[in-house]
Amino acid sequence: MEKIDGILQELRPELDYHASKNFIEDGLLDSFDLVSLIYELETHFNISIDALDIIPENFVSAQSIAELVKKNGGVL
Amino acid sequence: MKTVFHHKKITGLLSVIPEQTVRFEDEVDNYTFPPRQTLRLQKVMGYKQHCIVKENTSTSDLCIAGLERILNQGWLKKEEIGGIVVSTAFPDYFIPPVSSLIHGRFALDEDTICVDVSQGCVAFLWGLIEAFMLAERIPDKKILVFASDVLSKRVSKKDRNSYPLIGDAAGIAVVENDEHAGDVHTILRNRGDIDGVLRIPAGGSRLACSPQTAVLRDSDGDGNLRALDNLTMRGSDVFNFVQTAVPPLITDVMEYAGTSMDAVDWFLFHQPNKFMLRKLAEKLEIPYEKMPMNTVEEFGNSSGACIPVNITYNLADGMKKQKQRCCISAFGSGLTWGAMVIDLGEMDFCEMFISDC
Repeated sequence: MEKIDGILQELRPELDYHASKNFIEDGLLDSFDLVSLIYELETHFNISIDALDIIPENFVSAQSIAELVKKNGGVL
Repeated sequence: MKTVFHHKKITGLLSVIPEQTVRFEDEVDNYTFPPRQTLRLQKVMGYKQHCIVKENTSTSDLCIAGLERILNQGWLKKEEIGGIVVSTAFPDYFIPPVSSLIHGRFALDEDTICVDVSQGCVAFLWGLIEAFMLAERIPDKKILVFASDVLSKRVSKKDRNSYPLIGDAAGIAVVENDEHAGDVHTILRNRGDIDGVLRIPAGGSRLACSPQTAVLRDSDGDGNLRALDNLTMRGSDVFNFVQTAVPPLITDVMEYAGTSMDAVDWFLFHQPNKFMLRKLAEKLEIPYEKMPMNTVEEFGNSSGACIPVNITYNLADGMKKQKQRCCISAFGSGLTWGAMVIDLGEMDFCEMFISDC
């Protein structure tokens, strides 16, 4: 989970992700942030995230992002 | 629609690119987002530069510059033209059609058929379908397909989600009958109920342009400023739609054509952005090298002209030589999406033309 936190913090250093229960509803990540985030996750974990998994529900928290990485073969 | 065209061939292809190139890095300060966040998108989305027309250049100007080039090079004679199909989302005027403007500019024969089709990203595919149908009825003449747009004029320069990728261009194909040409298997699909994801709200008969429709607002609350006069695109909805709808379309057109993915030399898809194309290629298990996706970063997404731009930029030499099995696919406003399996090659010309438009 630390790796996910690090990637999120690198993406938008000005945001406090820990204070949010839902990154999407709270406006921390828009659709173009998701594109950047997916690129970082794929590069970092050497995975390819299935296009059909690229839906807001999979990016609401660090936990859901971790689940997505694991589902697509990443090792946390 | 699912159909097969017999004895139809593309014998020449030209793309017209405006010479004015704008670099993404020079536009970063136009947006309300932190520059660092915006620059991140450069590599992922393919934002490098885009080619846009001058302020007074219209859709027909690009078409006319291209046809002048074709005629001046001797690749086509005026008397050979039996029909003009212009497929565009942004015509010069509501009246007359762009095809009539081209007809008038070159003083073509009165018997020449002129047709405009209102289409965005699927414009080239739709234009080909229209041209193949016309060629059936005008067997001794050639039909010209123009897919042309200057949408940079209708996208807000403060919309970071759309403006960096918009490019202007025209694609021109010469279509004719050839008894030795292979069958062209085509599928075209529509979902008019989800049209709101891509729309220019003002400027038509529903809502006229006015000072009020020109006011920039952050209406989505995402930091992008656009007016009702501008293109609005719900990017994530478009992405999800494309990733859901296009893979089964490609599978279906392969089955319909009785061919396999391995037997196709080139997958020539509309070029919305690099990320979307990469994900489509992965989903369809198409090797990246068989699906060129490098034109967005060089020229921008030129809507309906993307496919001719792609072919003339990446495959020009090969297209003048042997035939190659190609799968053309486009998807966009409507929403409309379609695919065609066609043999391309042995063309009289295949060129990218840089215009001072």
